[in-house]
Amino acid sequence: MKVLRLKRLVGVFAEDKDKAREIRIKKITPMIENKKEIVLDFSGVEAATQSFVHTLISEVLREYGPGALDLISFKNCDQNIKKVINIVVEYMQA
Amino acid sequence: MTQLDAPVAHSTQLKTLKDKTGEKFGTEISYHAFTGNRTWIGYLPGIPVNVEILLKSWYNHLSMKIHLSNSAYLGNIDPFLRSFNASDPDILKITANDKWISIHPVVLSMVAALGLSLKPKNIECQHLEARSKHYLKRMGLYDLLKIDSGIQITEHEPAGRFIPLTQITDSSKLTDFITEMVPLLHLEPNQVEPIRYIISELTRNVFEHAYSKTGAILCAQYYKKSNAIKIGIVDRGVGIRETISESHRASSDMEAIRLALTPGITGKTQRIGGTDYNAGAGLFFIKSIAKVNKDFFVIYSGKAMYKLLKENPQKKIRLEIDPFKDKHSNSESFPYWQGTVVGVDLKLDNTTEFSTLLEAIREIYSKSVKERRAERYKKAKFI
Repeated sequence: MKVLRLKRLVGVFAEDKDKAREIRIKKITPMIENKKEIVLDFSGVEAATQSFVHTLISEVLREYGPGALDLISFKNCDQNIKKVINIVVEYMQA
Repeated sequence: MTQLDAPVAHSTQLKTLKDKTGEKFGTEISYHAFTGNRTWIGYLPGIPVNVEILLKSWYNHLSMKIHLSNSAYLGNIDPFLRSFNASDPDILKITANDKWISIHPVVLSMVAALGLSLKPKNIECQHLEARSKHYLKRMGLYDLLKIDSGIQITEHEPAGRFIPLTQITDSSKLTDFITEMVPLLHLEPNQVEPIRYIISELTRNVFEHAYSKTGAILCAQYYKKSNAIKIGIVDRGVGIRETISESHRASSDMEAIRLALTPGITGKTQRIGGTDYNAGAGLFFIKSIAKVNKDFFVIYSGKAMYKLLKENPQKKIRLEIDPFKDKHSNSESFPYWQGTVVGVDLKLDNTTEFSTLLEAIREIYSKSVKERRAERYKKAKFI
């Protein structure tokens, strides 16, 4: 299992979609492809935009299906970040 | 202060216009005015009664004109927008009310965006008389446009009151700007959240969709009395209709705005759910933040302007997929704006509702995606 601490990559406000795409391509997708678990640790991240979260995970869900969520865990998310993640997860499976 | 140069020399040629039978039906005036840095050439059909008056009138109307009225906020912005004149994009004339200038940040952002596409020498700014003229200086209008205001003020620390006019041209500068902006506002963390959300989403829209040579121009003002912040973000890019038309059919500027505000629709793809990079949710989120807060939201592009109107404070808010089902006004008879203008008001007393807003968005967004998938669902054809 790999733990990815997002704050050191994106700062306290997770809004940079270019960084989100880079994290997805370089860190998340290879783990899912190899059926390995990954933890996205939001510790220290105060807020995240829907655009950021969409860029971070939507393509993984589209490519590998909802089953990819069995391999991804979201850790230390505050209430609003959880809600933004749920928005993306829900509309990608609608 | 840079003034539009008066013609240093000019010449006039009169040409008699005749029909096929050779009968005279009018006179065309070809007027050449030399201002030192360019030559203006104009043609006036018809028979001149007083050539001098006609030519003076023509020359004076040859410019972009923007007038800062004594009051232009999102609620009463329509007359300001209608007064905007973009007949010649090479010269900008800025005039203002003599007594008082009280304007929404989106108005300032528009002026700055127009000016940034010109050389400073082609910007003519009227000598301002209004008592509140210092506001334009403090917000950084003259510095950004590199023109001399002639206004002397003692600078005040802007912390806690406003975000001055700022031009952002790329992603890395946006992240830095948002980081530096938060302390400027001196607000509670829960109040800052929707503000930085709005600025991030709208500015990234400019980078990704507008192809604006001058990037995004924005500013914001905090109003202590009403505990509200007003934000304006403007670009001079391709406009919403061109962006949306990359993947959808938009028969008019207003139809393009309607599509852009609909959750799940992005100009980048026809695919439901968007691309890996665009979900088509940004503008819907911003409109929803304003709606939940029962505030104004204005979006103007091409000749169309959509304005989300304030709801009754007692009314329970329900988010709509179709922006035309929201309480709003819209018109497609405004002067053409090349690019996109967005203005948002946000009362900060209500920002604890951001969490509630996200819950409402989750429901409506999924519903929208399901509806669009159902619309496209096709049954197998057995013959």
